[in-house]
Amino acid sequence: MPSDHASGFAPWEDADATPLISFDGVTKRFGAFTAIDNIDLKIYPREFFALLGPSGCGKTTLMRMLGGFEDVTEGTITIDGQNMAGIPANKRAVNMMFQSYALFPHLSVADNIAFGLKRSDMPKSEIQGRVDEMLRLVQLQKFAKRKPHQISGGQRQRVALARALAKAPKLLLLDEPLGALDKKLRQETQFELMDIQEKTGTTFVIVTHDQEEAMTVASRIAVMDNGLLKQVDTPDRVYETPNSVYVADFIGDVNIITGRAAEVGEKTQLIWAEGATPITGMTGSRVAQGEPASFVIRPEKVSINKTEPEAANKVQGKVIDIAYLGNMSTYHVALPDGTIVKSQTANNRRIARRDITWEDQVWLSWTDTAGLVLRD
Amino acid sequence: MRRLLISIPYLWLLILFLVPFGIVLKIALSDVALSIPPYTPQLDLSEGWTGFRAFWAELDLENFWFLTEDDLYWKAYLSSLKIALIATFLTLLVGFPIAYGMANAPDHWRPTLMLLIILPFWTSFLIRVYAWIGILSNEGFLNQFLIWTGIIAEPAKILNTDIAVYIGIVYTYLPFMVLPIYATLEKLDGTLLEAAEDLGCTRIQAFWSVTAPLSKPGIIAGCFLVFIPALGEFVIPSLLGGSDTLMIGKVLWEEFFSNRDWPVASAVAVILLLILVVPIILFQRNEQKQREAEQ
Ligand SMILES: Nc1ncnc2c1ncn2[C@@H]1O[C@H](COP(=O)(O)OP(=O)(O)OP(=O)(O)O)[C@@H](O)[C@H]1O
Ligand SMILES: [Mg+2]
Repeated sequence: MPSDHASGFAPWEDADATPLISFDGVTKRFGAFTAIDNIDLKIYPREFFALLGPSGCGKTTLMRMLGGFEDVTEGTITIDGQNMAGIPANKRAVNMMFQSYALFPHLSVADNIAFGLKRSDMPKSEIQGRVDEMLRLVQLQKFAKRKPHQISGGQRQRVALARALAKAPKLLLLDEPLGALDKKLRQETQFELMDIQEKTGTTFVIVTHDQEEAMTVASRIAVMDNGLLKQVDTPDRVYETPNSVYVADFIGDVNIITGRAAEVGEKTQLIWAEGATPITGMTGSRVAQGEPASFVIRPEKVSINKTEPEAANKVQGKVIDIAYLGNMSTYHVALPDGTIVKSQTANNRRIARRDITWEDQVWLSWTDTAGLVLRD
Repeated sequence: MRRLLISIPYLWLLILFLVPFGIVLKIALSDVALSIPPYTPQLDLSEGWTGFRAFWAELDLENFWFLTEDDLYWKAYLSSLKIALIATFLTLLVGFPIAYGMANAPDHWRPTLMLLIILPFWTSFLIRVYAWIGILSNEGFLNQFLIWTGIIAEPAKILNTDIAVYIGIVYTYLPFMVLPIYATLEKLDGTLLEAAEDLGCTRIQAFWSVTAPLSKPGIIAGCFLVFIPALGEFVIPSLLGGSDTLMIGKVLWEEFFSNRDWPVASAVAVILLLILVVPIILFQRNEQKQREAEQ
């Protein structure tokens, strides 16, 4: 996580902080189709803000409205205190790194980076210096004279980043910037991005399909669904305290047990199967007594044992599958009513030494603070 | 098998280009004669080797020297070059906006627009040029229209001037300009223009710094496709042009059919071909470069 994040960077909790971007009741329609549905959102200076959601939920549309490529149907977008209505893309202190990179094929790497500078009020004599600085930042000095088709995919992506950063925008929009990279290069680039963000102090808004990426780089994450913001929160809170089953299910792996809420207090009990002991978990948002609800718990918070353990919640079941992931194993356990619950444990012993195998009767257990009861 | 495949294009080239060219060159080196065909010497293979020797001895470059002596010819070449260049430029001016409009039209309109561009090819070229006589003559539609609107009081002489020739060439060769430009513009990635705007360009600046350079291969291809046939054009200048419109195609025709001087006409054709070889090679280079850039 960004170091300023760790050191208590949390302007969204400060009522006096001025946001860089604010969406007020923003709706975007394409004909009769609503792509963005009445969104309110504030993004603060120096944030690394990630948009996460399934394909077609409106992430790109949201970005394009910030960049000035789509009009807003209803509501207002304010950037740095200025209402953006009617302001074209070329008049905004916002730069976008396109998903396809959109490098100019007829220009060299250096000329691509200089493209925006030549059209700004920067004096000619300073442009070369700035281009060199950008090339150094993305470590492409050696490739300055190449054309985009003469460099690798990862290098192209860095040129696109350098080009978008060259004008030192207040806001940088990144639409799935790392989509085309292999895992290792992607991780390196993620750290590079965070490094650059810290060095330049630019506010980043990033779209990604990869939740691990969002968790790694973002100060806050917005989870979107069908043009709506389901939750906007820090990565740990989105993971630990999702406000809906949708978010819990979307981020990471989760077990979901459906039932009915009872004894709603700081903790809530979930009545989930005829004759079974109710499950106790933390009370999530909008849970009401007697209403349908779901209990959600992450697999790594569920312990698995052959003998009956001492725990607030415990159920018995049969191992039906074991997924070996190298450093971890996930056990798929079928409860008597057919519900499958996953339990994940670290493999700190060699396989041969582990005692749980297929078809074993096991006990699953977890504490009463490990899971959440959420309204469906 | 593979050799056979490779040899097909060469065979093609040999039969359709090199052999006819050889015949024309041979006629160009002969002398005019009152015979059928109207030149001498004729190759008589019945006399064997000595016949060939005699034939060979009679070929000379006389006709080429003649072309340099009479200034009609080099003036006609120069005038053709000038007319072809200007006409190509005018075709570009008319063709680019059409191609641009087509490339930016909604998807479902494009096939129709494409059809409209190709449609004129469905009727005879000659008929279309004759139709222009009806439009451009003193009593033609254009003059009638201009007088009706009050822009001019007297019919303007358009037919039988260079202007009519330009109109004819632009009209005839427009599809050759529009189609290659359209092909490059259609391939152009729209996000490049968005990127240019994002980096501070106005729409017009984005056009000049992105669209224009990226459509260059199409523009070059279109210009060659118009320039090369326009240079040797014969029908348009003879039907629409005036008596003082000098084009090498017309001279060539007159030498062949009015003067029946096949050897001089052939010499004119050979020189025309040599002049055309330069732009054709340049055109091929452009195509090659484009193909390489696409890989
Ligand atoms: N120009 C347009 N006209 C009509 N519908 C559009 C247009 N642009 C986007 N949409 C629709 O709006 C919705 C949101 O699109 P958007 O591109 O924002 O999705 P996304 O979240 O970026 O998806 P992905 O993750 O696949 O990139 C989609 O259903 C899409 O079909
Ligand atoms: Mg998208």
